[in-house]
Amino acid sequence: MANPKVSQDTGDLVLNRISKFYGDFKAVDDLSLTVPDGSFFALLGPSGCGKTTTLRMIAGLEEPSQGTIHIGDTDITTQKPYRRNVNTVFQNYALFPHLTIFENVAFGLRRRGQKDVKSEVDNALALVELGHLAERKPGQLSGGQQQRIAVARAIVNRPEVLLLDEPLGALDLKLRRQMQIELKRIQMEVGITFIHVTHDQEEAMTMADTIAVMNQGKIEQMGSATDLYEAPKTAFVANFLGQCNLIKAKVQSRAGGKAVVTAKGHTFEIPLTRVSTNNDSILLGVRPEKVRLDDTGVNSIKDCVVTDRSFVGTSTQYLVRTLWDLELVVFEQNDEGLHDLRVGDKVSLEWDPEHTFGLDGAQDVNAGADLDDEE
Amino acid sequence: MAFLHAAGTASSGPKSGLRSKSWTPYLLLAPGLIWLITFFIFPIVSLASTSTMVRPEGAQIGTYVQELRFQNYIDAFTANQEQYIRSFVYAAIATILALAISYPLAYMIAFKSGKYRNILLVLVVAPFFTSFLLRTVAWTQILGDEGPIVSTLKLLPFIDDSMRLTSTPFAVISGLTYNFLPFMTLPLYASLERIDPRTLEAAGDLYANGLTTFRKVTVPLSMPGVVAGTLLTFIPAAGDYVNAAILGNPNTKMIGNVIESRFFAVVDYPTAAALSFTLMATILILVTLYIRRTGTDELV
Repeated sequence: MANPKVSQDTGDLVLNRISKFYGDFKAVDDLSLTVPDGSFFALLGPSGCGKTTTLRMIAGLEEPSQGTIHIGDTDITTQKPYRRNVNTVFQNYALFPHLTIFENVAFGLRRRGQKDVKSEVDNALALVELGHLAERKPGQLSGGQQQRIAVARAIVNRPEVLLLDEPLGALDLKLRRQMQIELKRIQMEVGITFIHVTHDQEEAMTMADTIAVMNQGKIEQMGSATDLYEAPKTAFVANFLGQCNLIKAKVQSRAGGKAVVTAKGHTFEIPLTRVSTNNDSILLGVRPEKVRLDDTGVNSIKDCVVTDRSFVGTSTQYLVRTLWDLELVVFEQNDEGLHDLRVGDKVSLEWDPEHTFGLDGAQDVNAGADLDDEE
Repeated sequence: MAFLHAAGTASSGPKSGLRSKSWTPYLLLAPGLIWLITFFIFPIVSLASTSTMVRPEGAQIGTYVQELRFQNYIDAFTANQEQYIRSFVYAAIATILALAISYPLAYMIAFKSGKYRNILLVLVVAPFFTSFLLRTVAWTQILGDEGPIVSTLKLLPFIDDSMRLTSTPFAVISGLTYNFLPFMTLPLYASLERIDPRTLEAAGDLYANGLTTFRKVTVPLSMPGVVAGTLLTFIPAAGDYVNAAILGNPNTKMIGNVIESRFFAVVDYPTAAALSFTLMATILILVTLYIRRTGTDELV
């Protein structure tokens, strides 16, 4: 595994107000983004949100209608793909079927006029642990192996930025988990900036340092997986990353570091730092696993009815209906405190103010829900 | 009759479920096999036997007896060497021309035609809607002394007024190229169309410019089409006699013309049969060498 860490210090990738129009359709809409050098960055969003178009503009396969792209001080906006030091791992790998694995990996080096490619290709193959397959053709490899070869073929060129376009989409769940860890390891080892495009929120959260959630050509929110999950700023992010309960509510007061809100006669508290709007009409949000089946807390709803129950191993998931016919999701860990409720049972819900967040109430409560299983 | 016979076999097949199941492949093969035996194996055996026959002294024209005279082959070949070689040269030139014309055409249809793709494909096949003979005769008009090409060329200062295109090797090769062009274009299109455009993007991503991508990715991946197209053009072109007959002169005769006249005009069956066999054997050898050489069997 003689693969010296590549310290290129080429600078950050900066997208400055880029847009891409196809006729009247705005695939990417005035998007600005800075990806720090050496980071593992994920562009996450449902299909058609513009994430792949953004990636293709960075790769040079599409030209932005407006805006500029820089790597460090170099403007690469209109540079031909074969001139820019950016490599892509394509969605279906796009390996060259007529070349051996060795020649596939050597392709980029040879195009740049390098004569002696053996040691670098061997190193790249060793990095993905497939050195023994060098003389095979791509057609003789499994999907997972082809995927790794696609990574090796890109990484061997020591690009400034490596783009991964839904790289794990074609693999089965188990292999995907394995490759997530593998890709993370490779990124740590080579230290190249990775930009990973995916519609799979779990994949993005597992691998990326920073995630940008994209919707309709714009970035909804950017941050670490924890930030996005625990403190979403929009209904879309709240629903797209995991499941979320959103309740329409009115702000009554903002004082003492907390907002007091009411909904259907119930009063709830939210720390002001977790309220992302000045609007008085808000969406109160809480994640299902933060909700307890009790009635002692500050934020609680009484007189609810269990309408559905499913046991999923680590937890039991309840669907609970409030008096005003709103359905909320509750996950209860399967440990000692288990309530083991049945459909039709009466129940109260409660959760801590610090697990509550407040979003602008002008949004669609269902934005971003049920989108992550597309494609 | 072959089909009727096969159908009869099928209906009178074994009744046991298990046994009839194992018979199915043979029943399915039967019509094809019977067809091949009747119309390929039988004529070829008959042709082979004719090729070594001899006309007895004083016998009527068209009467031959079997004497296993293999000298027929040598006689036939030495007498027609010139036409023989010419056939392969013309066929080779026509194949190369057809490839040069078809590749850009097929490339364009496969990658750049967008919504016009189907129309263009129909246009490629459209000549087949009229008869092969008629199309070739039409070329005598196109290349004729008063035709558009010659009269246009004659406007140029350095072209001699006595210039002719009909009854020249040029006309024969043009005709061959034209008539077999779709056989080149369609397999080329099929193999180009199968190339995943992402592999071309990947080549660009890996520092190959347009030309290098074409050389290193597009061409190798289209090789099955190139091989199929060249074979489908070369084989019928080498044995063709219509183009040379209609567009050529006595000095552009191809081996097909010789075989045709031996069979129908001279009624010299043994020589015609021997020539046919030699032609077949040569084509078979050339094709085998060609496929070995291009290594197409390795391609996906």
